[in-house]
Amino acid sequence: MVEMTKTTAAIVERCQALFDDLEFQAARQWKASRPERRVVAYMPIYVPREIIHAAGMLPLGILGAGENLEVIHGDAYYQSYICRIPRSTLELGVTGRLDFVDGFLFPSICDVIRNLSGIWKLLFPKVYVRYFDVPQNFSDGIGGAYYLEELRELRDGLAGISGAEVTDEALRASIAVYNENRRLVREVYSLRAKAPWLAPTTEVYLVMRAGMVLPVEEHNELLRDYLAAVRAEPRPERDNCRIVLNGIFCEQPPLSLIKAIEMSGCYVVDDDFTLIGRWLLEEVPLSGDPLQALASAFLHHSAETSAKYQPDAKQKGQFLIDSVRQNGAEGVIFAAPSFCDPALLDRPMLEGALDRVDVPHIGFKYAENSAQMQPVREQAGTFADSIKLWSAP
Amino acid sequence: MHCYVGIDLGSTTTKAVVMDEEGQPLGRGITNSRSNYDTAAAVAKQEALIDARFTLFRRGLEGTEALRGRVDSFLRDLERHFRHVQYLSQLRDLEETSSRNSRGLRFAGQEKALGRALGEVFGQLRGESAALFEPGARRRSDFFRDIAGSRFMAIAEALCRDAGLSFDLMLNLYDKSIIEVENRPPTGPMQGKFREALENALAAPAAPWARGERPLDRDAVIRPVHAALEIPLEEAYVVGTGYGRVRLPFPKEHIRSEILCHGLGAHIMYEGTRTVLDIGGQDTKAIQVDKDGIVENFQMNDRCAAGTGRYLGYVADEMKMGLHELGPLAMKATKSLRINSTCTVFAGAELRDRLALGDKREDILAGLHRAIILRAMSIISRSGGIRDQFTFTGGVAKNEAAVRELRKLVKENYGDVTININPDSIYTGALGGAAFARRAVQA
Amino acid sequence: MTSKTVAPAGPQREAVKELSMLKQKEMIANNYDLLTSTERHGRKVASTFVPGNLNELLMCFDMLNNLPEINAIQNGMRKLSGDYIQEAEKRGHSEDVCTYVKADLGMVAKGNLAPNGKPLPAPDLLLLSYTGCFTFMKWFELLREQYQCPTVMLHVPYQGDGQKTRNMRDYVVKQIRDEVIPALERVSGVRFDIDRLRGYLRESARAENDFVRVLESAKAKPSPIDSYFGGVYYIGPIFTAFRGTPDATEYYRLLRAEVEERVRRGLGPVTPEGDMKEQKYRLVVEGPPNWTSFREFWKMFYDEGAVVVASSYTKVGGLYDRGFRHDPDHPLESLADYCLGVYTNNNLPQRVELLEQYMDEYQADGLLINSIKSCNSFSAGQLMIMREIERRTGKPSAFIETDLVDPRYFSAANVKNRLESYFQMIDQKRRAVAPAA
Repeated sequence: MVEMTKTTAAIVERCQALFDDLEFQAARQWKASRPERRVVAYMPIYVPREIIHAAGMLPLGILGAGENLEVIHGDAYYQSYICRIPRSTLELGVTGRLDFVDGFLFPSICDVIRNLSGIWKLLFPKVYVRYFDVPQNFSDGIGGAYYLEELRELRDGLAGISGAEVTDEALRASIAVYNENRRLVREVYSLRAKAPWLAPTTEVYLVMRAGMVLPVEEHNELLRDYLAAVRAEPRPERDNCRIVLNGIFCEQPPLSLIKAIEMSGCYVVDDDFTLIGRWLLEEVPLSGDPLQALASAFLHHSAETSAKYQPDAKQKGQFLIDSVRQNGAEGVIFAAPSFCDPALLDRPMLEGALDRVDVPHIGFKYAENSAQMQPVREQAGTFADSIKLWSAP
Repeated sequence: MHCYVGIDLGSTTTKAVVMDEEGQPLGRGITNSRSNYDTAAAVAKQEALIDARFTLFRRGLEGTEALRGRVDSFLRDLERHFRHVQYLSQLRDLEETSSRNSRGLRFAGQEKALGRALGEVFGQLRGESAALFEPGARRRSDFFRDIAGSRFMAIAEALCRDAGLSFDLMLNLYDKSIIEVENRPPTGPMQGKFREALENALAAPAAPWARGERPLDRDAVIRPVHAALEIPLEEAYVVGTGYGRVRLPFPKEHIRSEILCHGLGAHIMYEGTRTVLDIGGQDTKAIQVDKDGIVENFQMNDRCAAGTGRYLGYVADEMKMGLHELGPLAMKATKSLRINSTCTVFAGAELRDRLALGDKREDILAGLHRAIILRAMSIISRSGGIRDQFTFTGGVAKNEAAVRELRKLVKENYGDVTININPDSIYTGALGGAAFARRAVQA
Repeated sequence: MTSKTVAPAGPQREAVKELSMLKQKEMIANNYDLLTSTERHGRKVASTFVPGNLNELLMCFDMLNNLPEINAIQNGMRKLSGDYIQEAEKRGHSEDVCTYVKADLGMVAKGNLAPNGKPLPAPDLLLLSYTGCFTFMKWFELLREQYQCPTVMLHVPYQGDGQKTRNMRDYVVKQIRDEVIPALERVSGVRFDIDRLRGYLRESARAENDFVRVLESAKAKPSPIDSYFGGVYYIGPIFTAFRGTPDATEYYRLLRAEVEERVRRGLGPVTPEGDMKEQKYRLVVEGPPNWTSFREFWKMFYDEGAVVVASSYTKVGGLYDRGFRHDPDHPLESLADYCLGVYTNNNLPQRVELLEQYMDEYQADGLLINSIKSCNSFSAGQLMIMREIERRTGKPSAFIETDLVDPRYFSAANVKNRLESYFQMIDQKRRAVAPAA
């Protein structure tokens, strides 16, 4: 028997509410309920949340403020030819919506976010701000040694916020919980890839976004509930074409864009929203030095994205091709934020790789607050139609 | 008396302000910008001097018994007559020029027919001209080119049809001639025109200011007006400003940046001004000034159309409305739809989308007005934010819907700030220029 | 660039002044000659970046140094880049991305011609010195695809907290030792000799000393140099294929002598239209210059009597005026420090600090920011820098927007309007202060 609160609709409604809440009430309440609690925010693409968790703190994913926040003060810091995510993030900061955040991690994704870490230091000197530089050299003795030391520094820095040492035991326990989270996330993605009509992407997206603001234990429960609910309440299959969506790893589009793609006849069978949830591809071992385990996982078993160097020329684009194959996709839709250096510079190379194996693709740009979906519907619709027409045996 | 002149060469209009020795604005003039900058400046200045002359008339007539309580009405009439005299003089110029041009090679073989047609057309133009300057007459514009042009077209078209003459030929002739006329610096002594206008005004039957218990004492009116005409207006210094002009027709020491002129002009209009926002047709400026009107900081948007008047221009085109109709319609909105596109190009698409979805035009327009103001707010933010008092100038300041959005956003983000809006803010730059001219001599 | 001097000068002084410019021209021409004749001499070619340019290391392997950024600048100044950029955009590269990259890709597509009209060779190695700029990573991934040649990544971590940590240094040193040097050996066939490297580094340090003296000469009033428009010429040898060579040392020796002579004689900088006369405004400039309208842009400054006394762009290929020197006693560590210390690898608070110090040390009237549309590394955060500098120094800043090598993004009217307004603003402020004083 499915409880009322655990229906798909109820779960999605909860996720929507969390998504809409730009005051971060859930996180505020979490912090307020115990005096020693602290919150550490992070931006895309990847930070080792396990360490934050092991320090007893809540990792809070900030992916800009979405289309519902008008940016007024944030624009004072950026020229017009820079993407919107730093402006809306600054807007959140200067309007006090993040005043409960004790630390902020800025991963090495591009120069805009890199420099934003500096702006944050200047504007919010009391907040622990760290630029998190992941290695672009993937050999254990070189990139690995560097990264391990970085993780130690991060751990010590975070311990400074929480006021208590972060033990290896705590780290291992956190890794275990996040292993479970990644497993469940993969399960949802796998379900969607096999039977996309059971798990529409607009829902999956909200479920994953919830994982940015909820404590991981709660998110694990939510994921289990969602999996059970969608299996219990199957929806009809449609004759949609199957596509992989690529490029949405940082600034997020409005929900209506995802809706538009689905409504125009596409099933999204893989994407790169909220990559942090699936960045580490395999279970991280719980034996030995936990930081070493996280380091090795990053070096050898992590995903690929535009912000990450591909040392092997022959492998460039292979990750995307593998995703197409493994998820039974028929094409790729590239969607990049306007002015996004990583996505836009990478695209010609990824398109080339797809061309070489005859995978069709289209591409367009969006902004966090794009409002006209008509062109998206048209392009995606035409694409879906052409795939169905031309790839029919 | 000595006077100081500021001339602002804008992209669409050229403005001039004449200021007296005490720093009081005496007169303002405006004309359409044209290819010959010297002429545009000269015409604007002349218009300002004419306006100054009327100010002197007013000062002279203010104390008189003869026109007690009716000075305004009299001066309005005087101006109408003056404009009529001016118009006739320009018509004469246009007629002579057209006549001369009709004898060119291009019109070979047609001179006689053209000559007759021209005579007919100008005859009609002169005949109907009085009606154009009747009290309450609504003219499309106050610029000669606009008035004469539309009337010429209308009359000439009908005439050509009846006479079996090619209208294109007339059009050709007109185009060639009007450019010549426009780019000729104004000539002809003003004094004579004023006197003629005064005579005509006093001769007009049933003028409202002439009616009263006693018959009008004509001399009591003529004397002060003639006396005011005798006051020499000596230009002690001229300062020019203007944006995007490769070469302004002034020597270097007589040029000030239009940002400085604008800042100072706003200060003169409202001494408490600390922040100025100007949303013009082509660019948007945010200026911070100190207590003396000197610029401390500024930011501009001069590349991107979003956040400038051009944005509204596109919207008007898209909705097939007149620019001046946008504000009033937007005021009828019951809710403000969020328009996200800051880019003018996409705003059009977003607009069409919304209309297709059934959103009401007035609600969409309210959203579009908010979008343009939001953009302006970013630029202000970069220049240092809004400090009390805040002066809003430029064409968009006349748009009530834009003003409404601005008030809302200012209140939300900066609290209670005095917002100054002057209907004559288009003269802000020229006013600042005149003030600089005065400072150059008196400082 | 030779110039006619209007100041009276004996033949001895004239010769000294022109020599450094002539020398640089010769060095550049010679390098392009070498690059375009590899079939003749067989030396191998490495492409790398100005920030993190390990020229001395390349020299150890008798390799030639090709710098795509410099090629893009050359094309920009010769008005060729516009076409190249459009060619790249036609081939699917976004309008939003770095115009250096597009100019380079377009140039490659259209014959890859060097300024001497001959084709540049395909590089034998791409040395991806990944410091200060994300776009570098993608640029060389694109070129790697184009040329199918070996590529070696040198990841230089960002000074996120405003310092170079031991971990960062060790990481860079290890990469140089275990990845870069072996790759260079493989490509060139030359064994690495650390003493050779020490020798070149020793030579570099000499040039660096003179170079810093040249930069610091702008503290004088009047300033003998323009540290932005003139500065881009002065950084040439030290940032490019010549650091560590006796030629570069000689260049800086000559240049320093010329500049010191100008100080003695109270002369202003040389401009394309002769010596600059009156210096009314002393400016610190942040941001790269515009290359496609370089002369026109410069003229807007000297016509108004504005001289640039310090700039951040002249530190993009290495920050030498805060004490760093290449150190032959710690060769690999100092290469690492050099890479870590380039201007754009400094965090934003460090950049603000540096600019604030310049404002003070060089007695500047204000900060001018030239915001480049296609360069996020410099541009993202410049409005914050502007605010901070105004707050800390109380002096007004100016903000203009142009681009590196895309001529569509340089509007002379916009720039001139903003510059003139800025200068007049400073003027008016001075007048307001003066009577009160």
